[in-house]
Amino acid sequence: MTLYFKYMLLLFKAQMQYRASFLLLVLGQCLTPFTVFAGLYFMFERFGEMKGWSFYEVMLCFALTHMAFSITECFARGFDMFSSLVVSGDFDRLLVRPRGTILQVLGSKFEFSRVGRLLLGIGVLIWAITNLGLEWTPLKITALVLAQASGVIIFASIFILCASFSFWTVQGLEIANILTDGGREMAQYPLSIYHRRIQQFFTFIIPFGCANYLPLQYILGRVDNPMYAFLPLAGLLFLAPCLLIWQIGVRRYRSTGS
Amino acid sequence: MKPYYAVLRLRLSNGLQYRAAAYAGIGTQFFFGFIFIMVFEAFYAQTSAAAPQMSLSEVVAYCWLKQAFLAFIVLWLRDNELFQLITSGNIAYELCRPSGLYGLWYAKLLAQRLSSALLRCLPILLVSLFLPQPYRLELPPDFAAFFLFVCSLIIGLFLIVAISMLIYISVFITMSPAGSLLMFSVFGEFFAGMIIPVPLMPDWMQRIVYVLPFHWTVDFPFRVYTGNIPKLDAATGLLFQLLWLAALIFIGKIAMSKALRRVVVQGG
Repeated sequence: MTLYFKYMLLLFKAQMQYRASFLLLVLGQCLTPFTVFAGLYFMFERFGEMKGWSFYEVMLCFALTHMAFSITECFARGFDMFSSLVVSGDFDRLLVRPRGTILQVLGSKFEFSRVGRLLLGIGVLIWAITNLGLEWTPLKITALVLAQASGVIIFASIFILCASFSFWTVQGLEIANILTDGGREMAQYPLSIYHRRIQQFFTFIIPFGCANYLPLQYILGRVDNPMYAFLPLAGLLFLAPCLLIWQIGVRRYRSTGS
Repeated sequence: MKPYYAVLRLRLSNGLQYRAAAYAGIGTQFFFGFIFIMVFEAFYAQTSAAAPQMSLSEVVAYCWLKQAFLAFIVLWLRDNELFQLITSGNIAYELCRPSGLYGLWYAKLLAQRLSSALLRCLPILLVSLFLPQPYRLELPPDFAAFFLFVCSLIIGLFLIVAISMLIYISVFITMSPAGSLLMFSVFGEFFAGMIIPVPLMPDWMQRIVYVLPFHWTVDFPFRVYTGNIPKLDAATGLLFQLLWLAALIFIGKIAMSKALRRVVVQGG
């Protein structure tokens, strides 16, 4: 763990060398979801609600997803760039070191400019919570924290899964965007607005539903069953198969040379 | 005109090589198309809402056309080769060529967008025409609307290349593509109607949008297709598109010759 923080500090110092460019990137990361948010605001202004969900309720969902995504992109970016490590053959170097591969790939890159998206997410979260007027119980706060943690783990698992593909294909696959960017785009709205098939896919196979929609049902007082508060824990299970695929990939890895 | 045409043809055949990448991209585009449509569908499920200026089937057509012609309309499509030419100093070689730089680069960017869209648009359009309701792409109301759509889409393509030329020219001054690319692509795409169609925006926002050139590239051709813009307005719209195109190319040429006069060749 200390090694991980050393990696982090090193890369943070490196990125802060170009301060103006760093700030510009933070601004850009903040503005891109901002226009999506503005579009959503305009849609609610015209239509009032979205299949029974009010503006601030959808905001909560939007904020949770974008915060989870930005935290993951900050810390697990190494997996996103992983195919280039395989193509260049640099992955060999990681294999001869006496540390786990996961830790080293995680530490290979941090994208601190993603803080921009996180800031927007936090802002939207605060705005939504102050306007919803919910009664906060300890269990609801637990549900919110668990949902956020679960979201980060699910996105990180997807990054690991997509990176594992490059053991087989060498190149990263564009189709993997469906899971990362597509997952984010999909999970920023409550799951109930989608077609039944899509709901099932994103609850039981890739458990995004466990990370925002189901716990939100409890937080917003639509469901009384306190079990819903602990459903984000089910989302954590998704990490296990992804790690397994990664391990299989590492074992059958053959260097590209060069 | 001949060298520009040669560049266009060369780059076009070059771009058409990357077929596997394009087919992989189509799957992603379909997924996003479905997600967008379902979100709009959820909003339109409100029966109590005041009738919007655009029907759901028009929005669905708008979404599919956007997915099919994505390479025609996005501003974030960038050519790193051109950026590197400017920042590395190799621009000196380009300046030795006997034909105008603006025309050459314009042809190159045009070919890039054309080849990328040609590979993707047909499969997406064909499949979306046969999807079950409410996801089906409806045909335009009549042939005249379709003809006007094709014209406006082509002029829109020329417009978007003229706008993106301005981004490249700004790199001569700032030396880093990050800033201008960011501002143009984030706000330009919003004003073009890429996030939500312009008729669904509030009135005060629409007034801003109609002053800027961006909506002529995306919003206008797609609404002509669905018949949301009546034919007479569409015909006069074509004139406005051409006026904007002439103005943007004029500005771009002046800005470029100004930038080139005081160009500093970076390193060697």
